[in-house]
Amino acid sequence: MAKNRHEELGLSNEEVLEMYKTMLLARKLDERMWLLNRAGKIPFVISCQGQEAAQVGAAFALNRSEDYIAPYYRDMGVVLAFGMTAKELMLSAFAKAEDPNSGGRQMPSHFGQKKNRILTGSSPVTTQVPHAVGVALAAKMEKKDFVSFVTLGEGSSNQGDFHEGLNFAGVHKLPVITMVENNKYAISVPIEKQLGNPKVSDRALGYGMPGFTVDGNDPLEVYKVVKEARDRAVSGEGPTLIEAVSYRLTAHSSDDDDRAYRNKEEVEEARKLDSIFTFAVYLKDLGILTDEIENEFTNEITSIVNEATDYAEAAPYAEPEEALKYVYEE
Amino acid sequence: MPVMSYIQAVTTALREEMQRDEKVFILGEDVGKKGGVFKATEGLYDEFGEYRVLDTPLAESAIAGVGIGAAMYGMRPVAEMQFADFIMPAVNQIISEAARIRYRSNNDWDCPIVIRAPYGGGVHGALYHSQSVEAIFANQPGLKIVMPSTPYDAKGLLKAAIRDNDPVLFFEHKRAYRLLKGEVPTEDYVLPIGKADVKREGSDITIITYGLCVHFALQAAEKLAEDGIEAHILDLRTVYPLDKEAIIEAAKKTGKVLLVTEDNKEGSILSEVAAIISENCLFDLDAPIQRLAGPDIPAMPYAPTMEKFFMMNPDKIEKAMRELAEF
Amino acid sequence: MATEKITMPQLGESVTEGTISSWLVKAGDHVNKYDPIAEVMTDKVNAEVPSSFTGTIKEIVAAEGETLAVGELICYIETSSAGDMKATSDTANIETDSNESNEGVQLSDQSMKKRYSPAVLRLAQENNINLEQVVGTGRGGRITRKDLEKIISTGQIPTTSAPSAESNSTSEQEVVQSNTSKPSQVSSAPQPTSQVGDLEIPVTGVRKIIAQNMVRSKTEIPHAWMTVEVDVTDLVKYRNKIKTEFKQTEGYNLTYFAFFVKAVAQGLKKFPQLNSTWAGDKIIQRKDINLSIAVAKDQELFVPVIKHADEKSIKGIAREINELAQKARTNKLTADDMQGGTFTVNNTGSFGSVQSMGVINHPQAAILQVESIVKRPVIINDMFAARDMVNLCLSLDHRILDGLICGQFLAYVKESLENMNETTVQVY
Repeated sequence: MAKNRHEELGLSNEEVLEMYKTMLLARKLDERMWLLNRAGKIPFVISCQGQEAAQVGAAFALNRSEDYIAPYYRDMGVVLAFGMTAKELMLSAFAKAEDPNSGGRQMPSHFGQKKNRILTGSSPVTTQVPHAVGVALAAKMEKKDFVSFVTLGEGSSNQGDFHEGLNFAGVHKLPVITMVENNKYAISVPIEKQLGNPKVSDRALGYGMPGFTVDGNDPLEVYKVVKEARDRAVSGEGPTLIEAVSYRLTAHSSDDDDRAYRNKEEVEEARKLDSIFTFAVYLKDLGILTDEIENEFTNEITSIVNEATDYAEAAPYAEPEEALKYVYEE
Repeated sequence: MPVMSYIQAVTTALREEMQRDEKVFILGEDVGKKGGVFKATEGLYDEFGEYRVLDTPLAESAIAGVGIGAAMYGMRPVAEMQFADFIMPAVNQIISEAARIRYRSNNDWDCPIVIRAPYGGGVHGALYHSQSVEAIFANQPGLKIVMPSTPYDAKGLLKAAIRDNDPVLFFEHKRAYRLLKGEVPTEDYVLPIGKADVKREGSDITIITYGLCVHFALQAAEKLAEDGIEAHILDLRTVYPLDKEAIIEAAKKTGKVLLVTEDNKEGSILSEVAAIISENCLFDLDAPIQRLAGPDIPAMPYAPTMEKFFMMNPDKIEKAMRELAEF
Repeated sequence: MATEKITMPQLGESVTEGTISSWLVKAGDHVNKYDPIAEVMTDKVNAEVPSSFTGTIKEIVAAEGETLAVGELICYIETSSAGDMKATSDTANIETDSNESNEGVQLSDQSMKKRYSPAVLRLAQENNINLEQVVGTGRGGRITRKDLEKIISTGQIPTTSAPSAESNSTSEQEVVQSNTSKPSQVSSAPQPTSQVGDLEIPVTGVRKIIAQNMVRSKTEIPHAWMTVEVDVTDLVKYRNKIKTEFKQTEGYNLTYFAFFVKAVAQGLKKFPQLNSTWAGDKIIQRKDINLSIAVAKDQELFVPVIKHADEKSIKGIAREINELAQKARTNKLTADDMQGGTFTVNNTGSFGSVQSMGVINHPQAAILQVESIVKRPVIINDMFAARDMVNLCLSLDHRILDGLICGQFLAYVKESLENMNETTVQVY
């Protein structure tokens, strides 16, 4: 029998099952989106597959009713944990008027939802880092106990906004947690062609904050490091840089064919460490995830995904003239 | 009514807004203890403390980006770019982010940030301390660009910009800071963003301009008045989005229109003003629309001869006004 | 039960087609919604295409290896329930209502009638047009620049003052106004509308080009005209004498037109002023004498070119006229055949015309109309004589040419034609 690692983190069995269920929902929604794309029903998909453990592990370590998040485009696991629903994500995939992220204005996975404190994001990468620092600055000025949490890919960590944002946070000891989801590829370019020092967390030293590299396939390890980062942040000790290493299991997007730059064996090897599989094994070994619960989850998620798909597909598009609205306050 | 300089009007507006609303804070390089390189924030650090007059690291994209994040949260940041010329590293944050936050979120989020920057030449600032950068941002729906020409306008418009729920770029002419003085009410007032203002009534020719050039045009107009030529001067005040109605009205008033800017000519704000007039005033025009602007060279050179050649002044405007009046 | 179509999806942002690399199902197979049915290869990705329905594959339409455009049918599927999944959001086919109302011209609205644009005012001033008498076709009755250009090109100009009486003292009859135009007539009527039974012929192709060229010529070139009468009795005699033999030996007709072309070519050599072009700030006098000849065919008009006509014999010219006419009738004229003309000779006589005013072939300086040869009583030495007479009508660009030089040119051509007879002419 495996060692129970979640108890010492203060996580109940129900909570870890909830984590697993959220990861599974993200995976199943993502898979459905690919099918819809291949069936010609939605124009574009960009995936979370392979990064669910890091995303859900981190999100569960945050205060999901007070903290602010600035997710990047793969963070379906993060936004699901923060209250965005499967239906809302599908509405975004179909670009329908009801999509809470943008009302069908942005490509899918450009998250944003004020009621859940999910900052609106764009396509130029890393611009969200200074935004999260700005929210953290506000928390400090207003003497509030929330933190901001921002994610990005390892390729994006090369942008100036990463450096400018983290240095700013370091100077003013702001309550911001930056998590780089290192999935080894920036579209087709592997980390060895992206990073002079392959360990992104080493940069934390330069910004005057602690840095950690953790196994992004282990939701508990990510949970632990984010939880500790949050504790430091709210006690005035400032920001933390976390690097969660996993693997991108799909092509970059529905428009990309990854066979051009990496071989099948490499992907198959990574699949063995896929958290959807390994975390289930952990939970089963401890007898927490029984066959009965697993069936129940599978059925429930299948019906959630189906309902979300059907609802979103049938939902109306925005009227053409809606394009003219909300350039400025109205 | 007290008389104050343009920069005092800016400082006054900042102070009053910070007193009125605790969410208002300033961030930028040297804005704190030093009070800004031009002293626009002088005294505010002492009055409001470190975190409301925040000295940031030397990184413009962070100044804009951190401000944008704070604005999304609900603060009222007033970010300062030390010189308009140095706004370039922040362009991605301003155009890709601030300008689009309300639109891309379908009105869920907004971004009430003000970004102040001293622009303009005639101060021996050479290529990178003299530029006019408004045209770069003047085709970005979602942004507002305000460029006041008097101390009175500077106070009223800066207060309006801070209270505006959308991002505003506020460009102050650095030579106007201590050159222009005028009466400014002590009480609280705001001026409408998006509205141009008639600075002089006249029936012979129409001058449409903004910023320091308004002052130069007024000086030139007085000389012409000695010869019986009356110029009508419209100050755009907000250069994006433009006050189309006021532009059309001013153009129709005399049918002879001279547009003046200190910026390079091609693709300037004037180009858009000219297009608006062309589209709407064909049957009222009595002369071709004239543009008086800086030459199309990258920026203002350092040597006094070349700087003077580039820089707008009352004499250049007067000459162009006379030519148009005689047409 | 319902039969549904599965189409080629758009796989990638800029992809327009896909190739079926292999089918994963065959007719009769049961598939669930989202089960893969085919592998598809595109420029950007290779992907398994899933079924959009649960049901039985009825018919495979696209073969393996076949490349289909996005949206084309790849197979039929029989579904268990009708309308299993309504394709309300096929991303490839979003229809938007683009019915823009095309408002007709409101003829009654004359609010813009007296709003003259700078361009209209300039044209009115330069051409002495009384704008009060022009009906505008623009919105609100506005007179457009086009309205005035049309008036100018037709010559039907309503002037501010009454037209001066025909008091031309110059030898060439300058015509500023066509004889039929009356000042009271409003020249630019609103767009004519057709009545029941009228035939509407769309203006396209060659007709349109002819129209454009004619308008251009008449708008740009101030035309003037003059005519001479030529006695070609001797030429007719000679030509009638040899035409049968010529046809037998050469295989084509020896037309009068060849003689006229020859005479004109020689005339141009002597008076190169007529072999020139207006070029704004200068006049270009051409060295080569390349004569355009007008050839009509049904609704079309071609002007092929006899190059270096001055260097050719009458026989050579006759042969070339024959060849070019043949080519025109069989649509074999090449662009090269029609390029480089420096002066046009128009065989209007072939239509029976005895007098006409040609429109100059822009940018040439003049055009000569060769009219019908008719037998007429002519007084010679105070006695009536039956003579073969022909009119040569010259239209000239008055910017380049004046009456004096044109008169001399026509006199020269006249003389050489009148002196063509058995002893003087060399056909070969």
